[in-house]
Amino acid sequence: MEIVKTSQSSKPLPSSVLKVNVSKDEPDPMKQTGESDAIQSPNSDRPKIEIRQMNFFYGSNQALFKVNLNIREHKVTAFIGPSGCGKSTLLRCLNRLNDLVIGSRVEGKILLEGQDIYAPDVDVTDLRTRVGMVFQKVNPFPKTIYQNVAYGPQLQKVRGRAILDEIVERGLKGAGLWEEVKDRLHSSALGLSGGQQQRLCIARALAVNPDVLLMDEPCSALDPISTSKIEELLHSLKQQLTVVIVTHNMQQAARVSDYTGFFLLGELIEYDDTRRIFTNPGDRRTEDYVTGRFG
Amino acid sequence: MMPSGMRKFLDSGTLFVWLCGSGLMVSILMIGGLLLLIMMNGLGYFWPKGLVEFTLNDGTMVLGQLTGREVIPESATPELPDGKFRIQVKVGNRDLYGLDFQWLDEDQIQTREQPGEVLSIERREWGKFFGRIQAVKKREVVLATGNMEGLKAVKPLVEQMNDIQDRIHHLQHDIIGAVNYEIEAIRLALRDLELKDEQETNEWVDLQKRLVGLQANYEEHTKMLRALYDQLNEYSVILIDANGREKDLPLGQIVRILQPNQLTVFGKVLIYFSNVWTVLSDEPREANTEGGIFPAIFGTVMMVLIMSVAVVPFGVLAAIYLKEYARQGLLVRLVRIAVNNLAGVPSIVFGVFGLGFFVYAVGGSIDTLFYSAALPTPTFGTGGILWASLTLALMTVPVVIVATEEGLSAVPMEYREGSLGLGATKVETLLRVVIPCAMPGILTGLILAISRATGEVAPLMLTGVVKLAPSLPLDSYFPFVHLDRKFMHLGFHIYDVGFQSPNVEAAKPMVYVTTLVLVFVVVMLNLMAIAIRNRMRKKYVGSAV
Ligand SMILES: Nc1ncnc2c1ncn2[C@@H]1O[C@H](COP(=O)(O)OP(=O)(O)OP(=O)(O)O)[C@@H](O)[C@H]1O
Ligand SMILES: [Mg+2]
Repeated sequence: MEIVKTSQSSKPLPSSVLKVNVSKDEPDPMKQTGESDAIQSPNSDRPKIEIRQMNFFYGSNQALFKVNLNIREHKVTAFIGPSGCGKSTLLRCLNRLNDLVIGSRVEGKILLEGQDIYAPDVDVTDLRTRVGMVFQKVNPFPKTIYQNVAYGPQLQKVRGRAILDEIVERGLKGAGLWEEVKDRLHSSALGLSGGQQQRLCIARALAVNPDVLLMDEPCSALDPISTSKIEELLHSLKQQLTVVIVTHNMQQAARVSDYTGFFLLGELIEYDDTRRIFTNPGDRRTEDYVTGRFG
Repeated sequence: MMPSGMRKFLDSGTLFVWLCGSGLMVSILMIGGLLLLIMMNGLGYFWPKGLVEFTLNDGTMVLGQLTGREVIPESATPELPDGKFRIQVKVGNRDLYGLDFQWLDEDQIQTREQPGEVLSIERREWGKFFGRIQAVKKREVVLATGNMEGLKAVKPLVEQMNDIQDRIHHLQHDIIGAVNYEIEAIRLALRDLELKDEQETNEWVDLQKRLVGLQANYEEHTKMLRALYDQLNEYSVILIDANGREKDLPLGQIVRILQPNQLTVFGKVLIYFSNVWTVLSDEPREANTEGGIFPAIFGTVMMVLIMSVAVVPFGVLAAIYLKEYARQGLLVRLVRIAVNNLAGVPSIVFGVFGLGFFVYAVGGSIDTLFYSAALPTPTFGTGGILWASLTLALMTVPVVIVATEEGLSAVPMEYREGSLGLGATKVETLLRVVIPCAMPGILTGLILAISRATGEVAPLMLTGVVKLAPSLPLDSYFPFVHLDRKFMHLGFHIYDVGFQSPNVEAAKPMVYVTTLVLVFVVVMLNLMAIAIRNRMRKKYVGSAV
């Protein structure tokens, strides 16, 4: 099957989107890669993550087909697409959580800051501390709030009450949860509300100081208020790190992300500046999907 | 064609509900009835019964406790359709009559009385004596005559004798026991040197000297012991039974004298509880039919604890390997089936294995390697509490494996992914998240294992249980825990008292009491484990098991 070429856009992005970190004198991404089937990122400073010609198989069942994608630093990148199109699969490849699936196989390359994360000498646990993850199903450990946030640092042999206290506070503040829980740090995390639990999971991920945060439908089980809190959070988070988010909620993708990738049946159909995807997509199928005509 | 009402009834499922309900009902009734029977028989044992004196038609007297009444077989006649009755009386005085019980036909009985002055005397041998005191003597000098006077004179003396008994016990068990223990240790050390051909060395001479000193010590203590025994026989009391037969009893033989017919209810309650305490805290007497069952309780609990300590780590590690590490395939499926079937193997098979493997193979090797000086007397090469516990652990390990595997499966995938996503290795994830969450499941396994192990007797008989153990497996001599010792067990005690004792009928109450205690111990051990599990559950709310 022919690989679908996406994003014919090489036009400069609207300056409103590119306020941060964009220098005008960067080369055109089209020219940078040169390959005909490479998906071109509309932005062109050095990508945090580069996905090259990636195929993914669950046993004999191929879930991703020749995906090419660049993820920009300090941006929020959203993956959208109908159910079963491989968004979660791709996300979980970025911190090699798919290694757990017996019989799964990856082809192609994923480069994190230029280094192949599937290279044999890569320390997976180290990779996962650099690329954190927040899951669709809210999953705080059945421990206290404090122990949840301190879990990651403790694995990295961070000892000493004072240091841990500080890390926990920083993590909870980063996730906007500190004010709500500072008086009950040592009560069970399972006593929190769903929204609070999800922010606790974010705090837990932040506490290990990742460069990249992967979020798989983080708001799908939450009420609108909790959702908006997490969306606000994303705006502040991207100052410090790179966020990749999977969502089924078009409005959410439009609100929070800088770039959006649209997937269909394991293929990346189109990847572009979010505003463009939602206002003037290059592919019919993208247009159908974002306008709700199918999906 | 069924009548429509009937059809409706069947269709509504009411019948099925009733069927299930009655099934449950029958189970509850059976369990309740079982417990009730044991409780009634067991708890009644402690209540001090009154003594009845019968005068028979031929003028003989019978004194004893009323224990039963039944129709004389084939005594029903047209005039007496209900038949004649006879009563069973526990007459005691086994040394005089040979039997504890006597049947009396009701139509031979002339009078029944409950004389207040009669005595029930608990002795160290031959069971109870029912009768009266004729005289109290110090050697050949008569101190008092008659029942009332005699009782007054005897009461303080009995206390004195019990003191002496306590001192004898202390001397024998603690002091002479310690000396013996040391002598044995030195003897083994000497033997060890002999085997190494190091006789006449300084060490050897030293040891010999100490041995001589200890032996002198031993002699001295045995002399004291003899003196005490003499004191026990200093006083004696002449007893008479209902018919005036005499019995000369040294006072040291008496444990307690009661006048059961004069006791108030309050007095009876006091005696009731003191009896309960005696059974729970004392050592058995008279081929286990009298006295207490403390060593058996202790042995049972200690065996179960050792078993738990052994079974949990093994079972949990095996389950973790099976569930988390082994590649799920045909082999693992086969192993799992084998493990499940192991749980169904009759326990005596485990007993045979324990005897062959633990006792002879492992124990024998330990003996030749570390205890060669004591040979040919085996140390570990014979049944003991360690081997019994390990045999039971082997028997119950499948239960723990299955329960742990279920507990592990119930830990949500999200917890594992959450942990791995934070940079934890698989081991860290297991230790910090998965196993704590599976802890309730593991403890469920332990609870089941304890229930099964506490009631098991057959394998123990091959691997170390005895009817009377000279010492507990835990004491104050280094190394304090003696895993090589034989031990007593409640389940075996029931079997022994009920079926192996010379006087089965008299031992029956003891069987019920022991059964009651066994049930109580099982329940207590389970409650303990359940309490721990509930605490874990509270701590790890949200885990499913
Ligand atoms: N563990 C697995 N084993 C085998 N196949 C899998 C596994 N996980 C996902 N798949 C398959 O891979 C394909 C992509 O799944 P994926 O979960 O990535 O979709 P998704 O885009 O995240 O869908 P959704 O929006 O519903 O979450 C699906 O066809 C799915 O059936
Ligand atoms: Mg998904």
